[in-house]
Amino acid sequence: MSDETFQPRIVGFLCNWCSYRAADLAGSARIKHASNVRIVRVMCSGRINPAFVLKALSLGADGVLVAGCHPGECHYVNQNYKAMRRFILLKHTLKQLGVDDARVKLVWASAAEGQQLAEAIDDLVDGVRKLGPLHWPRNWNENGRDEALENIAKEHAEVMEVPA
Amino acid sequence: MTESEKTSGKAKLALYWAASCGGCEIAVLGIHEKILDVAKAFDIVFWPCATDGKVHDVEKMPDGGIDVCLFNGGIRTSENEYMARLLRQKSKVLVAFGSCASEGCIPGLANLSTRDDVFNTVYRDTPSTENPDGLRPQPETKVPEGTLHLPVFYETLRTLDQTVEVDYYLPGCPPEAERIWDALTAILSGKLPPPGSVIGATTTVCDECPRKRTEKKIKKFHRTWEVIPDEETCLLEQGILCCGIATRAGCGALCPQVNSPCIGCYGPNEGTEEFGAQLMAALASVIDSDDPDEIERIIAEGIPDPAGSFYRFSLAASSLRRAKRPSNGNGAQPAAAQAARTGESH
Repeated sequence: MSDETFQPRIVGFLCNWCSYRAADLAGSARIKHASNVRIVRVMCSGRINPAFVLKALSLGADGVLVAGCHPGECHYVNQNYKAMRRFILLKHTLKQLGVDDARVKLVWASAAEGQQLAEAIDDLVDGVRKLGPLHWPRNWNENGRDEALENIAKEHAEVMEVPA
Repeated sequence: MTESEKTSGKAKLALYWAASCGGCEIAVLGIHEKILDVAKAFDIVFWPCATDGKVHDVEKMPDGGIDVCLFNGGIRTSENEYMARLLRQKSKVLVAFGSCASEGCIPGLANLSTRDDVFNTVYRDTPSTENPDGLRPQPETKVPEGTLHLPVFYETLRTLDQTVEVDYYLPGCPPEAERIWDALTAILSGKLPPPGSVIGATTTVCDECPRKRTEKKIKKFHRTWEVIPDEETCLLEQGILCCGIATRAGCGALCPQVNSPCIGCYGPNEGTEEFGAQLMAALASVIDSDDPDEIERIIAEGIPDPAGSFYRFSLAASSLRRAKRPSNGNGAQPAAAQAARTGESH
């Protein structure tokens, strides 16, 4: 269900050496793109533990962007390959948990690819906007819980009354 | 000191059993004759599995009247939650005893489905079920004498610490007898770690495992029934998904020693919280491929149930806690209702 007024909250983990610089370049080149991604700079996409992505979603993010150097161009030799393997493992897990594929993306962007990163961000934001808010903590709501607990206390009190 | 403590001079111990299999209760008896030392040191004031006792006896105790409560099991029903709250109020020290109370364990895997799915399986779909009227347990039933209540079965199984404050955790499915004894002696001698700690080892199962480790490079994962592993080489190196790399030590690496992979029952190691994420992070380092299609194939063929494999014991304690409910997400509900409901936490 698309909602024109819905502004997705997206957390972006961008590597210091390529993707963060791509974002910087997009800024200094005044490339227009959606402003929905809150960027967290990490030294390398290989630094990103799947726990970061899961935590972001559980705290209310509607989507997550992971971005690193192109394969073969990692500042730390091959850690972006590790990021890629982690990402595929995570995607399989998220599918089982009902998180739509379009909410969590891995993109490669070199320091010269401000335009490409801006387009990837726009794509992600559009995709998440089409899906609507995720509101993960709502999955934990328990209807009728307080009433059920009160009923137990009430019945215990009744049982303990000694009949005249 | 309360009146009764003055008279007996012993510390008061309670044990309770919520949503769990009962293995933790048996594990307590696994300390064998030392149970007599426990009886010497403690008055067992409430232990429904082994002694006669009534909930209203506990309700009548003063707050903090129980010195130590070992609580096993997750919070599946309103009755579980009622007892967790009651025992929290009455206990000075509340211990999440075993994997279920600590992180949800196997019952927590029901968080991959909904309450309706669970009921359909139990009351309709299993071959041994005979239920032509399609009866389901009802929280309220009217009878001539009045209304009867059953505890409400929750949509989501919660851990003990998502329900009440927990002082200590004793991991394991079930905790090993030696670790139980260690915990009890620590409690008796007052030599306890800071509140909120896990009472246990601070290293991984790999450190207790006698298998030979060289280099981990995996091109294919094997399910346990597909191969008979070599008895001396690291199981993970043989392509068997062994969770020892992410799992807290304390069991003595029992499973790998009988040629069976660690499945992670002792929970995450010290300093980490999200067990499944740690396992994914570690496995990503041992999969021997840089080609996205090949990686995809290795994972799809070798790990058909990733959530169940990575979160077998800890789904309820993970960041997401459960699978998305069909009633939620993707903008299915109006914004005002969402805002009102996200304010409600556990």
